Amino acid sequence: MTSSGTKAAQQPRVGLFATCLVDLFRPSVGFASVKLLQDAGCEVHVPVAQTCCGQPAYNTGDRADTREIAEQVIEAFEEFDFIVAPSGSCASMLRKHYPGLFEGDAAWEDRAKAFSAKCHELISFLTDVMMVRDTGAALEARITYHDSCSGLRELGIKEQPRKLLGNVSGVEVREMTDSDVCCGFGGTFCVKYSDISNAIVTKKVGNIDTSGADMLLAGDLGCLMNMAGKLKRQGSDVEVRHVAEVLAGMTSQPPIAGSGK
Amino acid sequence: MELTANKFKANASKALVDAQLQKALGNVEKGFIGKRQKAADALPEFDALRDNARDIKNHVLEHLDLYLEEYERKVTAAGGHVHWAETAEDARRIVLEICKKANARTVTKGKSMITEEIALNDHLEANGIEPVETDLGEYIIQLRGEHPSHIIAPAVHLNKEQVEGDFRRVHTHLPEGRDLSEPVSLLSEAREVLRQRYFAADVGITGANFLIAETGTSVIVTNEGNGDLTQTLGKVHVVVASIEKIVPTLEDTSQILRVLARSATGQDMSVYTTFSTGPKREEDPDGPDEYHVVLLDNGRSAMLGTEYQDMLRCIRCGACMNHCPVYHAVGGHAYGSVYPGPMGAVLTPSLNGIDETGQLPNASTFCGRCEAVCPMRIPLPKMMRHWREREFERNLTPAVARYGLKAWAFFAKRPKLYRFGASFAMPLLSLFGGTSRRFHSLPFAGGWTRHRDLPAPEGRTFLQAWAQREAQKQETGQ
Amino acid sequence: MSARENVLSKIRASMRVPSSDDKRREAVAARLENSPAGIIPGRAQLPKAGQVDLFCSMAEQFGATLARVSDYKAVAAEVTTYLRSHNLPAEIRMGADKRLKKAGWETEKNLEIRHGASDGGDLAGVSHAMAGIAETGTLALASGQDNPTTINFLPEHHIVVLKAGDIKGDMESVWAMLRKAQGKGEMPRAFNLITGPSRSGDIEQTILLGAHGPRALHVIVVD
Repeated sequence: MTSSGTKAAQQPRVGLFATCLVDLFRPSVGFASVKLLQDAGCEVHVPVAQTCCGQPAYNTGDRADTREIAEQVIEAFEEFDFIVAPSGSCASMLRKHYPGLFEGDAAWEDRAKAFSAKCHELISFLTDVMMVRDTGAALEARITYHDSCSGLRELGIKEQPRKLLGNVSGVEVREMTDSDVCCGFGGTFCVKYSDISNAIVTKKVGNIDTSGADMLLAGDLGCLMNMAGKLKRQGSDVEVRHVAEVLAGMTSQPPIAGSGK
Repeated sequence: MELTANKFKANASKALVDAQLQKALGNVEKGFIGKRQKAADALPEFDALRDNARDIKNHVLEHLDLYLEEYERKVTAAGGHVHWAETAEDARRIVLEICKKANARTVTKGKSMITEEIALNDHLEANGIEPVETDLGEYIIQLRGEHPSHIIAPAVHLNKEQVEGDFRRVHTHLPEGRDLSEPVSLLSEAREVLRQRYFAADVGITGANFLIAETGTSVIVTNEGNGDLTQTLGKVHVVVASIEKIVPTLEDTSQILRVLARSATGQDMSVYTTFSTGPKREEDPDGPDEYHVVLLDNGRSAMLGTEYQDMLRCIRCGACMNHCPVYHAVGGHAYGSVYPGPMGAVLTPSLNGIDETGQLPNASTFCGRCEAVCPMRIPLPKMMRHWREREFERNLTPAVARYGLKAWAFFAKRPKLYRFGASFAMPLLSLFGGTSRRFHSLPFAGGWTRHRDLPAPEGRTFLQAWAQREAQKQETGQ
Repeated sequence: MSARENVLSKIRASMRVPSSDDKRREAVAARLENSPAGIIPGRAQLPKAGQVDLFCSMAEQFGATLARVSDYKAVAAEVTTYLRSHNLPAEIRMGADKRLKKAGWETEKNLEIRHGASDGGDLAGVSHAMAGIAETGTLALASGQDNPTTINFLPEHHIVVLKAGDIKGDMESVWAMLRKAQGKGEMPRAFNLITGPSRSGDIEQTILLGAHGPRALHVIVVD
C-alpha cells in the first residue's frame, strides 16, 4: 500500500451539506467549512445533488414533500463517513427529525436511522468528533455569540463554539444578556409574523449593543441574516459573520449585509 | 369568552404598540424565568422528578377510565357527589342546578381556568346568580370585564396604576382620599372587600390541580388562601375539573407537586396545598355541608390515542408561556382564546377545531424553550407542527405560504433545475445589492424588508464556486 | 346511555381497550395498593436533629417566624409573648386538641381563649400541627374538632404548635403517618399543607404577604 493510500484510509470522508442559505447567499461559509474540515484531517466532498434539508416544507406541515427531499438527501450523502452542515437547524433536521419521517417504513426506516447517526453540525463536529481544540486563527475582535435555538436545544451546542473562539488569539468574547434566547427568525415565521419577529429581534439587537461587542457570530445563517438585517436597519456598525469564517481565519470578504472596511 | 384566535395577527400588532401592556409584560420575563431557574438549580433531583412526573401521567392516561371509576367510588364513599359532563354546556347546566338547589344568590370562586373554559360566570349571571372571583388577579380582571391573560397570573398584563383606577371606580364605599399608590395598599383593600363576600356566599366553586383516585380527594394549590376560604365557608363546595387531572396515589401527587410550584412561580411549595375529601363530617365544626365534583370531558377523550395525547399531561403551571419569546412580545390576550402561549397553541385547536384556531400553532419560531422548561416533558413544538400538517392536508394553510412552499419544493426536489435557476438568479440579485451589499426594500420581500434590511447574496452559489475551484484544481493537476 | 357511560366508553374507544382488560385492571389495582414512592429528594434525608433544623430554616425562608420551647408548658407564655410583641389583644381562637390542654394556660390569666371554629372575628388563632415537613418547612394540619380548618385561614395571625418529634423529612413520610392514623385510602375532610403566611404576586409580580389567609404564621416547635 502506498503512503498516500494509507493516509486516505485514515481520513474520514465527510460529505459537506452546504445548506440552501450558505449555497445561495454566502458561499464563503461553505469554503470556511471546507478549510476547517480539511485542517482537521477530513477528506471533504460536496455532492452536487443537494439543495435543501426540507425544513421549510416540514415546518409548513407538508410532510410529503419533506420526505421526498429527505430521500434525495439520504441518497446523495449516505455513502460518507460523516455528513456535516454549517447550521444547527439543518443539522438538527438531518439528525433528529429525518428518522421520524420514515418511521414504520420497512424500506427506509433503518436506512434513515443509519444516515442520521452520521450527521453533525460543523462546530460540534470539529470539537466533539475530530477533537479540535485550536483552529490556529487570529483576529483582533470583541465578539458576542448568539446561540441559535435548534443547535442549542436539539443538539446541545453551547460550549463548543466558545471553546474554539477562546483559542483564537486576539479575540475577546463578550457574552450578551439572553444569548440563548430566540432571535425571531424561525424560518418562515419572520415573514409570516413580521411584526412579532421584529419585536423579538429588536430585543436581541438591544442585547448585542449592550454587550459592547464589535462583532456578532453564530452558527446559523438564517439567524445571522435576520440579526444583521436589523442591525443595519438601525445603523449599527457591528460586523456580522458566521463563526466558521472567524475560526477558519477567512474574514477578508465583506461581513453579512455589510460593505466591509 | 369569544374565541378570536384567528385574529391573532391583528391582535398581536395592537399588543405590540400598547405601551402599558409592553411595560407590564416586562414583569413576565424579569420575574418568572429567574425564579424558576433558581428553584430548579436548588433541587438536584429536579430533572429526574420531571421524568417521573411524565411517566406517572402517561400511566394515568393509559388507564384513565379505570382510575376515574375508582376516584368516583371513593368520593361517593366519603359522602360526595360525582357528576359527569360531556361538554362545556353540560358542565354549566350541572353547576347551575347545584347552585339553584342551594338557593344561591352569590357564589365565591377560587381561581379556576376550567371555569373560564366552560364560561361559567356568564352563565351564572344570566341566571341571576352573582359569581365573585376571590383570587386577587381574577378579582381585578372581573372588575374590568376582562379574561385572564395568563393561566396562573391572570392580571399580569396590568400595571398597578390601572388596578388603582379600577378599585377607585368600583369600591365607592371607601374614602376617596385613601392612598392606593402601592401594591400593598391595593392588596389590603382587596382583602377587606372580599372578606365579607366569603361569608355571604352560599356556594364555593373551585377547580382542582389534582384528583386523587386512591382517596377520592381534590387538591388545590394556591398562595392566597382564597381557594380555601371559598371551599370551606360556603354551604356547598363544587369542584369543576377535567378528567385528565386524575393521579393515582398520594405519593404520585407528591411527585408532581414537587415540579409544579417550582415551574410556575419558583416556589418549592405554594403556601397552601389543600387536600379535600367529601363534605363536613360529624366531628367537623366547619366545612361545607355538600361536596360535588363535576368531571368534564369537553374533548379530552378525543385527544387520547392521538398524536395530541401528550398534551393531556399538562398541569397548567404556565412555565411554557413564561419562557416564550412570542408571549413576551404580545401577552396572553392576543391569542384570543382561554389558553394562551405554547400550551394554548396546542390545546386550543383540540378544543375548538383547527379551522378557527390555525394562527396559534403557526405563531411560533419553534425555538423550543417551552419544551425545555415543561415539567411534564410535553413536546409542544412537535404538536404545533402536527397541527400545521392537519392544516396543510385540509388546504387551510394560507395561499401565499402554500404556493410559495410548493414553488420552493418543486426546485428543491430537482437539483439540476435548482442549480440552473440559482446560477443566474443569485448573481443578478447580488448585482442589485450594490456597494452596500444589502436591500432596504425588494419586490416580494416586504415581509422581511418592512423591519430589516435583506443581505445581498455574494454572487455565484457555493456549489457553482466549488465546481469551478475543483475544475481549476484538475486543470492545474493539484 | 348516561353521560358517565358516554365519557368512559369514549375513553376506552380512543385507547382501543380490549374487551378483556384484566392486565390493565391489575396494573391499576397494583399501583393503588403499593403506592410506590418515586423520587425522594436527598435534601431532607438527615438525622433527626438535622431535620428539625432544616424545618426551622426552611420555614423561616418562606416567611414564617419560629420559636423553640423545651416543654409544652412553655407554649402559652410563648403565645402571649407573640401577641404582645405584635400589639395584638390577649385573645385567641383554638380547637380541642388534647396536646394543647396542658400548654401552661394557667400561667396566662389575662388570655381569653375562644374555642371552636373561627367566625372571622379572630385576630389570632392557635392550632396544633399533625406533622412538619423538613424538606420545605411545611406544616401539615388535619381538619376536625381538634384543629378546625377555619382557624388556619381566617385569623390575621396563625400560631401553630408542632412537636419536634413529628417533623418528618418529606411529604411521603406524612402520608405514612396519615395512613397509620386513618387507614389506607382514607383522609380527613381537609388536610392542609401550609408553607408560610398567605401571599400574592398578582400586582406587577410584586410578592406581598397577607393576601386572604393569615398575614403572619408563627410556629412554636416543642422539643
